[in-house]
Amino acid sequence: MIDFGFSLSKSSSIKLDEVDLSLYRRLEEVEPGVRICMGCGSCSATCNASKWSGMSVRKVILDLQRGRDMKEMLSCCMLCGKCSMVCPRGINTRHLILSLCRLYESGK
Amino acid sequence: MIFEGKQKIWSDYQKEIPSDGWFYVRSCIRQNFFPASEKYFLAVCRDLLGHDIYETRHHTTCGGIAYHSDTIPQETAMTIVARQFALMKEAGYKNLVTSCITSFGNYTEILETWREFPELEARIRENLWKATRREFDKPEHLAHASDLVYKFRGEIAERAKFRLVDKTAGRPLRIVEHIGCHYSKMFPHKGIGGAEYPCVLSGMVEAWGGEVVDYPERRHCCGFGFRQYLVKANRGYSVSNTHKKFESMEPYHPDAIITNCPGCPYFLDRWQYVIAEQTGKTYGSGGFGIPVLTYEELAGLVLGYDPWDLGLQLHQVAVEPLLDKIGIEYDPSAKYLGLDRKDIMRPGLPEVLKCC
Repeated sequence: MIDFGFSLSKSSSIKLDEVDLSLYRRLEEVEPGVRICMGCGSCSATCNASKWSGMSVRKVILDLQRGRDMKEMLSCCMLCGKCSMVCPRGINTRHLILSLCRLYESGK
Repeated sequence: MIFEGKQKIWSDYQKEIPSDGWFYVRSCIRQNFFPASEKYFLAVCRDLLGHDIYETRHHTTCGGIAYHSDTIPQETAMTIVARQFALMKEAGYKNLVTSCITSFGNYTEILETWREFPELEARIRENLWKATRREFDKPEHLAHASDLVYKFRGEIAERAKFRLVDKTAGRPLRIVEHIGCHYSKMFPHKGIGGAEYPCVLSGMVEAWGGEVVDYPERRHCCGFGFRQYLVKANRGYSVSNTHKKFESMEPYHPDAIITNCPGCPYFLDRWQYVIAEQTGKTYGSGGFGIPVLTYEELAGLVLGYDPWDLGLQLHQVAVEPLLDKIGIEYDPSAKYLGLDRKDIMRPGLPEVLKCC
């Protein structure tokens, strides 16, 4: 193999037919409100932890829909609940995060 | 369905291309990468088919590469282009045809900018007069060389000595066509078929007997993207783009790739060697790559020109498997003989990608 000084980057494309969406499906069962999220990002814009830790509820929901593990990001949430207050769809995002943490803890 | 309505919509995707009266401007990089392509555009369209296409030795590059690499401001590129228009006027021509997709995009962008900002056009006229004492007229029609080959595809098919058919299997060759971003994505209404149905290359392939491969990443960038390649730190991004296209087209087993742009054939061709060295994977059959041709080279092949006169020995990926499929005879010992049969030396062979 020749070292060219650059190499192929891993593709970030997601094949939705192949990803494991079981965690998102279980979240839908306990928090049906997640289905009406329109990804506006109001929650992320108002998040106190966002600036320092990269926490974003919008990102959590979007990445779960793409089968990604979001456990690490959840640990950045301070559970202040400001995101719930600004959600135009009225989703209880604070409760959604707690439910998701419980799903991770129970290993379901 | 209202037929007239459909016709009206479809007419928006068409482009008026006169047959004659073209002033030809060459590309800066194509003459190095695929030096015979431009020569054979003139050999086919002007000398063989007899259309009026003129070029002057006084013309220059359009400055597009420098503009897209952020090394010159647009006003400089505009003045360079204004000089080309002045040369066209002096030669008595009203239509301009460019060899290069980036030039086509650059000329189109400049004409559109002048339409929106006439005061800028006035300033460029002044710049050109001060610098060269020349005046220019804007072209009545602006085309890319592939537009003309597309227009003349039927005439080429009538004179063709070979069809794009696998001689042994008796099936049409599966051809991947790559349009080039600066042709159909910057100003879609300036290209044949717009951004939705760009048929400039697929029309040629079908007219010459081949079959166009439709694959998921068909409209993805080839990976050149100027700064993606020119800055070494970004070069991994460039090769990753190309890799993505090849992974996407691989299941369809294409026999060849036909390209529209100067950068696309270069990167789709050369990166196959780099990908093979980095991953150990090749995309053609038997360890070979997928041959990548310019539209002039493909036109030259179906018309029966000698593959080595068309400059196919300068490709990274060996073209011999494709020539064998079509049934084109060639002399392997003449591959690296230049003008007057002078030896132009042989390149080193790669370890992974099989070459003849």
